[in-house]
Amino acid sequence: MSNLLDLLVAGLATGAIYALVAVGFTLLWQTSQTINFAQGEFVMLPAFLMLAVMHAGAPFWLAIILGILLSLLLLGFGFKLLLVDPMLRHGVLPLAIATMALAIGMKEAVKQFFSAEASPFPSIVPAGDVSILGRVVSLQSLGVLALAIAVVIGLTMLLNRTSIGHQMQATAQNPTVARIIGVPVERMILLTFLINAFLVALASLLITPIYLAKFSSGEVLGQAAFIAAIVGGFNQVRGAIAGGLLIGVVDNLAAAYVSTQYRAAVPLILLIVIILFRPQGLLGRPEERTV
Amino acid sequence: MRSGIFAGFLLATVSAAAAFAQGAPIKLANVAELSGGGATVGNNWKNGIDLAIEEINAKGGLLGRKLEVTHADSQSNPGVARAQVQKALDNEPYVLLGPGYSGSVKVTAPLAAEAGIAQIMGGEAAELTQGGNKFLFRTSFGQQSSMPKVAKYINDELKAKSVAIVWVNNDFGKGGRDVITKEFAKYNIKVAADISTEAGQADFAADVSKIKAAAPDAVFVYVNEEESARMLKELKRQAITVPLMGETTLVGQKVVELAGDAANGARGHVGLTTDAPVDLVKAFREKFVKKYNYVPDHNGLKGYLAIYMIKATTEKMGKVDAKAFADNLHGLTIKAASEPGILMDVTFDEKGDIDRQGFLVEIVDGKQVVKQVLPKLN
Repeated sequence: MSNLLDLLVAGLATGAIYALVAVGFTLLWQTSQTINFAQGEFVMLPAFLMLAVMHAGAPFWLAIILGILLSLLLLGFGFKLLLVDPMLRHGVLPLAIATMALAIGMKEAVKQFFSAEASPFPSIVPAGDVSILGRVVSLQSLGVLALAIAVVIGLTMLLNRTSIGHQMQATAQNPTVARIIGVPVERMILLTFLINAFLVALASLLITPIYLAKFSSGEVLGQAAFIAAIVGGFNQVRGAIAGGLLIGVVDNLAAAYVSTQYRAAVPLILLIVIILFRPQGLLGRPEERTV
Repeated sequence: MRSGIFAGFLLATVSAAAAFAQGAPIKLANVAELSGGGATVGNNWKNGIDLAIEEINAKGGLLGRKLEVTHADSQSNPGVARAQVQKALDNEPYVLLGPGYSGSVKVTAPLAAEAGIAQIMGGEAAELTQGGNKFLFRTSFGQQSSMPKVAKYINDELKAKSVAIVWVNNDFGKGGRDVITKEFAKYNIKVAADISTEAGQADFAADVSKIKAAAPDAVFVYVNEEESARMLKELKRQAITVPLMGETTLVGQKVVELAGDAANGARGHVGLTTDAPVDLVKAFREKFVKKYNYVPDHNGLKGYLAIYMIKATTEKMGKVDAKAFADNLHGLTIKAASEPGILMDVTFDEKGDIDRQGFLVEIVDGKQVVKQVLPKLN
């Protein structure tokens, strides 16, 4: 049990990334009642945008700023205007399928125009360790965890403590009523997409130094975040956060104390158990079907 | 007059056909991991092939005919590899090249054997050449050749009494883990931890925690290149200071590039390295870097050698004969003095396994440093 703290910190750090990505699933579900199956690729792409800027000769800090701006443009604004709005008219299912096609397109485009091979990526968190409760914990894990928690707290405060947040929640709950009471629904929905784009860009910045920049990296991440969102509760931001952290920790503990060989199965087993006994997820709320 | 025109037409047609037969390119088919988990492997392999073909064609080709290769992407997936190999064989290539992953070789080798086409591949799993397939040839040592050397080094040089083994859960990883475990038993080396990982695994924190808890004298890492880099980073992050030993996949150029400082100190047995103290290998490295602007790993050398294996065998036969190719390559020794493209003297046995010099390397300041040269066995 002496490694428990190490495993918990590493698991929470990984889980915090899953949480950031899972929140994106939740936000899109609330605004469009659909699932973005390209969410993992949305995390993959910003790292390559930043690398492209760096390859053009820009310093890392500038690459981060431009990478985030490009992500907002492409994965927020562009995604909504060019794919979600036209496809949503045809129903939720065609949109979900379109996001699957988008995932394949993004992977292939990065493979074609950048490289099929992994590339190293600089870290915004310095290398090194700190001592906590007598255990050596890496700064990188702590930095990732701290940044992710800060963003999640900021997002929660935005949603719960500001007028814009209240308008966004009203839009998510009932866009028709929200429109009647004067909420600029379209603007709120666009804001949701931009927030998702910012979250995935941040997740990309935090996770790529550890997992390397690779065109296929979104597959594992998207799947883990999807499971996290279901486990936590697909219709609640707090559920996605809890699910992400839980999956990160469970994965690490399972590998350490159960079996490394079957670690991939553990989150899936957790998913099945949750679906069987609490279909709305740990912190989700049951959704009523309207006729 | 009419018969004269007909005779002239016939003569022209026959001449054209003869010229076509003489000058028709020799078709080769390559199926490799151009994307997916093995992209590093496949792309280096492909570039090595292209470089060798360009050289041979620039010098007039093979027996006066140009070499022509088609590249297909297995996506690092054995199922896709099998489909791609089937498609490639339908075009009746002279020789099949690739794949690089042992799992993909395992499922494609029966197809090539059934077609009677020699398959020159990059897989290293011991079992590949043990089943009596007469059409399968290695470009690198199999695990049955490399692992005894690794185990001997761990015993003799590192004096380790207990070793943690980290392996990737596929044919390549399992093969290596099984052979090295048997070798450790011969030296009474205890396996302190036996850790299976997945290809494409993202987080190695728990795996390294297990190593830490097992407190071994050394760690043997046998996973693919990209996972090797992530594993090395995590080993450094968790301050594992015991010697890290592996095979080519731990100390390759791509691993060093991806792992950065974390690769320093890692040691491994490599059948091929561009840092080998061999003039022809150095010359190859210069040519490769000039063409592709990066230093290749061993897979670049493997792809390059595969083409020169074809050249040397075909020149020995004096004809392009796909059916006779495998028979002629078995038992063949190719001397670097007479065929510089082969880079080092090499012999192929009756199973298709390879014998030549090997190297023990260590990563020092981000570069491979050859510590020992292990001689050719026969």
